[in-house]
Amino acid sequence: MIVRVARGFVRFWYEFIVGDDWKIAAAVAAVLAAGAALVATELVRVDVLAPVIGAAIVAAFAASLLIDVRRRG
Amino acid sequence: MSAATWALLAATFAASFVEFVEALTIVLAMGVTRGWRAALAGAASAALALVVVTAVAGYALVTWLPETALQLAVGSLLLVFGLQWLRKAILRSAGLKALHDEEEEFRAQTEAARHATPENRFGVDWFGFVVSFKSVFLEGIEVVFIVITFGLNADNIGLAAAGAAVAGVVVVIAGAVAHRPLSRVPENTLKHAVGLLLATFGTFWAVEGLGIFAAGQKSLEWPGGDVALPLLLGAWFALSRLAVWCLPRIAHADRRRLAATPATEDA
Repeated sequence: MIVRVARGFVRFWYEFIVGDDWKIAAAVAAVLAAGAALVATELVRVDVLAPVIGAAIVAAFAASLLIDVRRRG
Repeated sequence: MSAATWALLAATFAASFVEFVEALTIVLAMGVTRGWRAALAGAASAALALVVVTAVAGYALVTWLPETALQLAVGSLLLVFGLQWLRKAILRSAGLKALHDEEEEFRAQTEAARHATPENRFGVDWFGFVVSFKSVFLEGIEVVFIVITFGLNADNIGLAAAGAAVAGVVVVIAGAVAHRPLSRVPENTLKHAVGLLLATFGTFWAVEGLGIFAAGQKSLEWPGGDVALPLLLGAWFALSRLAVWCLPRIAHADRRRLAATPATEDA
C-alpha cells in the first residue's frame, strides 16, 4: 500500500514537472548546471553571465524542438 | 499598475482560464451522466484541497528557502513548465500535433461515465465524485503552481491569486450559462501566450537564482534589470514564430527523404 502510494506520488510529480517531453527538463537542467559551474568558477565576466545563460536556454529549447520534430518525421 | 503587475495578472488569469475550461468539461460530463450532487461535491472537495496545498506550499517555500534559492527553484520549475506549454502550442500551431478538442473530451468522458459501475459511498455516486475531484485537483494544481511561483517572485501573491480566482469565476459562470463544454475558447492561443510569459519569467528568475553559487550568494543581475524582461519575451516570441514556420518544413523534408530512401536503395 505504501509502495503504491509512493509510486503514485513520484509518477504524479514526474508527469507534472517533466511532462511528455523529458528533453526539455534535461536541457534546462544541463544549461543551469553549466551556468552554475560558470558562476562558481568565475570563468566568465559576471555582467555577461545572465545574457549568456539566457541565450543558452533559448538555444537548448530550440535544439530539443528540432530533435522532437526530426524523430516525428 | 506597472507592466510587470499587468503581466502577472494576465499570466495567472490566462493560465487559470485554460486549466479551468479543461476541468469544467469533465465536471460537466460527470454532472450530466452521474448526477450533479457527485460532480459538484467532487469539484468542491478538490477546490478545498487546493486551498490547503497553496497555503502549505506557499508558507514552506517562503519560510525555508533563502531568496536566491527560491528564485532558482521556482524559476527553474516555471521555466520547465512554461517550455512544456510553449512546445505543445508551437507543435499545434505548426500542425504537428492535434489541437485539444473539448467536445471530443466531453464525448469520451460521458461515454466512460455511462459504462462505469454504479457505487454509492458517503451518499454520493463514487465514480462521479472521484473523476470530478481528480480533474479539478490535477488542473488546479497547475494553477496553484503558477500562482505561487509568480506571486512569490513578483512579491504579490494576492494579485496572482486574484487573477486565478477571476478566471475561475468567469469559467464557472460561462459553464453554468452554456451548460456545455467551452469549445470555442482559443485554448492554443492562450497556451502559447502563457507559455511565452512563463518561459520569460522562468528564464529571468532561474538565471538570477544561479547567484547562489557565487561567492557572495547574491542574485545574478541582468543588464538593465527588469528591462531584460521584454527583451527575453521578444526572444521567446521570435523563436516560437520561427519554429512554427520552420518545423513543418523540416518535418515535411524529413518525410520526403524517408519516403525516397527505399526507392534510391532499389535503384
